Amino acid sequence: MMQDFIYLRANTVKEALDFLEQYKDDSKIICGGQSLLILMRQGLVSPKYLIDIKHLEELNYIKFASQEGLKIGATTTHRALEKSSLIKKRYPVLVDMEKNLASIQTRNWGTIGGNLAHGDPAGDPGPVFIALNAVVKTANKERERTLPLEEFFIDFFETALEEGELLIEIQVPAIPPKTAVAYEKFNIIKNDQGVVSVAASITVDDSGIKCKDARIVLGAAAPIPKRAKESEQMLRGQKLNDRLLDRAAEKASEEAEPFADVHATEEYRKFLVKALTTKMLKKSWEQAKKLI
Amino acid sequence: MAKHLLRFTVNGEYHELYVKPKRLLVDVLRDELGLTGTKRACNTGACAACTVLLNGVSVKSCSVLALQADGAEITTVEGLADGAKLSPLQRSFLDHGAYQCGFCTPGMLLSAKALLDENPKPTKEEIREGIHGNICRCTGYNSIIRAVTAVAKGKYKEK
Repeated sequence: MMQDFIYLRANTVKEALDFLEQYKDDSKIICGGQSLLILMRQGLVSPKYLIDIKHLEELNYIKFASQEGLKIGATTTHRALEKSSLIKKRYPVLVDMEKNLASIQTRNWGTIGGNLAHGDPAGDPGPVFIALNAVVKTANKERERTLPLEEFFIDFFETALEEGELLIEIQVPAIPPKTAVAYEKFNIIKNDQGVVSVAASITVDDSGIKCKDARIVLGAAAPIPKRAKESEQMLRGQKLNDRLLDRAAEKASEEAEPFADVHATEEYRKFLVKALTTKMLKKSWEQAKKLI
Repeated sequence: MAKHLLRFTVNGEYHELYVKPKRLLVDVLRDELGLTGTKRACNTGACAACTVLLNGVSVKSCSVLALQADGAEITTVEGLADGAKLSPLQRSFLDHGAYQCGFCTPGMLLSAKALLDENPKPTKEEIREGIHGNICRCTGYNSIIRAVTAVAKGKYKEK
């Protein structure tokens, strides 16, 4: 049964920040609430004050400039990302990711900022945006700051947002030339959260064989979306071949810090990390070669 | 807890009422306005039986705070028919037996409407995607897909 709360509708970002400053940890932000309301109904989260930012049009935007890259306001819905022709053209992996994220109804109301701020290690956007080298902009009443998305996640459902701080924007640099990014999750029912998910980004040189850069991010395989940095390092500067990709996937599986739950054991998650990493590395390499 | 004023339009009718902040949209539709066509089933956002249209897009009314619908236009299953005249989707569902127990039907109809409003000529795959979030525990999906296909093919005009 959901506890009662005091409802505060913020009409501007400034008003939201004022509320956050005033009510601090007694308050919680709600945007689409597609995850939060479930937790509140289960009594796992019981804020005294609920600050509603769903209607903040100030933060509902998708912008792109070649120098600055992509900027997505925090209250932009999943469905808006999925339907954006700009994103489809420049960041197709985000459209793939969104199409497989929950149901249409959830994507219509749920927002990208809410998803990231929820801090669920099984969320889809985390690994993909980290593979894309995303940065998040946050603000409190005094100042704004930016930090890499991979530093935003601290632990299960815990983020770097401090008391009084609001997630404002997700910034994604332009994808470097000859770079492809792939993402896939393993699940039993289509569009459920992944039992494990993997995002991989490969940048090749003009030959298409040598790896200039690699980023591998594991979802639901650690308390946070986790970079497999040793695995990436095995690929950087090397000539790629299937055996090397297999070995890198093996390393990624060693780097995972999986948990066990009703969906999978730790061992099974490690197995899935290896299988999906192999698949995503091969897929992103193949796609990168086509960009030469 | 202080109640707040909720002003919204449901099936073309304007309403003003005071609701507690924790009330969900499904609760207000069913328990305050008496529109029990919208079904409350899993109440966790998993089944989509409670689907309604909010400003033309489908949402799960069990996963939206009623106050977040302030100023919105809502369509529930009661809003599909014009008096005794059923909508093309409703007639097609009847003709194709696209329901068994009927509990998922209101949500299915609204998901199908949202799909056809956006994409009047969907492929079979697009229809499957359009209703994939709506669970039918009688597993009558094929007849539902046939019913939506018939409307998309223009076999059921507005009367």
